Amino acid sequence: MNKQMARYIQENMTEIISNWQEMMKNEKSERSFEVMPAELMDQTSREFAELMTSNLLESHQAYESRLNDFAEKVVRYGWSITFVTKAINHFGEIVFNGMERDGIITNENLRGFTEEFNKWITPIRDSTIDTYSKTWERTVSLQKIALQELSASLIPVFDKVSVMPLVGTIDTERARLIMENLLEGVVKHRAEVILLDITGVPVVDTMVAHHIIQAADAVRLVGAKCMLVGIRPEIAQTIVTLGINLNEFTTTSTLQRGVEQALAWTNRKIVEVDEE
Amino acid sequence: MSNQSSVEIQTEWDIVAARQLGRNVAKELGFGTVDQARITTAISELARNIYLYAGQGKIEIQRLTENGINGILIIAADNGPGIPDVRKVMEDGFSTSGGLGAGLPGVKRLMDDFKIETTLGEGTDIRATKWLR
Repeated sequence: MNKQMARYIQENMTEIISNWQEMMKNEKSERSFEVMPAELMDQTSREFAELMTSNLLESHQAYESRLNDFAEKVVRYGWSITFVTKAINHFGEIVFNGMERDGIITNENLRGFTEEFNKWITPIRDSTIDTYSKTWERTVSLQKIALQELSASLIPVFDKVSVMPLVGTIDTERARLIMENLLEGVVKHRAEVILLDITGVPVVDTMVAHHIIQAADAVRLVGAKCMLVGIRPEIAQTIVTLGINLNEFTTTSTLQRGVEQALAWTNRKIVEVDEE
Repeated sequence: MSNQSSVEIQTEWDIVAARQLGRNVAKELGFGTVDQARITTAISELARNIYLYAGQGKIEIQRLTENGINGILIIAADNGPGIPDVRKVMEDGFSTSGGLGAGLPGVKRLMDDFKIETTLGEGTDIRATKWLR
């Protein structure tokens, strides 16, 4: 029966694919299929069809690798998991209906074929979902790592002066990293002044403020001074309204002013050189 | 008249989702950048309280229209332990978690209206409104 199915699919590939594409286009909820260029869609459809038959014809290994490739592609195209399972079901339906029409499936062998079909479709669906979620998990964990690398680096800009630019949301995990990197960096770069730049921090609530205050306290303990720079006007207003006390901080609106101040503290300044 | 949407708070990242939602709604309603910052900060505080003290709950954002004035309503609801002494948590500097203790009184100052209902062992429901002027 497997061989019959495979033969039928191969013989009628073009028709099956065009039927299947028609059916998938009618899935109104999914936009990704419509916006796909025709060429790409044909290729993807063919790959999909090959994947579906691979399960019947090829070795388990070949099928697995095809499945992985396909699932990764699907994730990249941004197809939803419901869409993919629908695609698999529709494909099965079309093949089944076609075989029934061509008289390969008859009333006598209907039961056997239904079973065969289930045995064919179910593992594909299961492993697609499995690969799909694994690919997602990997993407997410890679992004997490990428985010962590971005999260808090201390950059020495002048002798004794270092800057830590903070961009994005500060959660507990990042707050811990900020603290660690700050203290490590102060010692490593022999910094005397640290500029914490919060230009890129969208929201400064009490927790973020609390973490910043703690970090500054810790910096003071290792013998350096901490300055908070890049306070946008709207952030300044919310900090005041929240009643957060930053009186012990030197704060400036821009990083540039902060650098000037830091140089002043370390008895230096930037001067223009007269060209002679 | 209202138009609502909500975010379930379960992880720390849901706090970000909640305030993103709030910021978008505030922007659409025409709030300026300062008010947007106030609203998102208020949502951040309320969502964090849910995450820290109740474990999970929900932030709901509603658009309001009253007497021709538009506004935004934040509802923070949870089924957590409740707050034993409401007057105390509304004092500046009171915190059970070692934080700054500026959260709830801060939210009250950031927003125009602020209502808190809490029952020990049943949960807390906070409603804060900001009107567009």
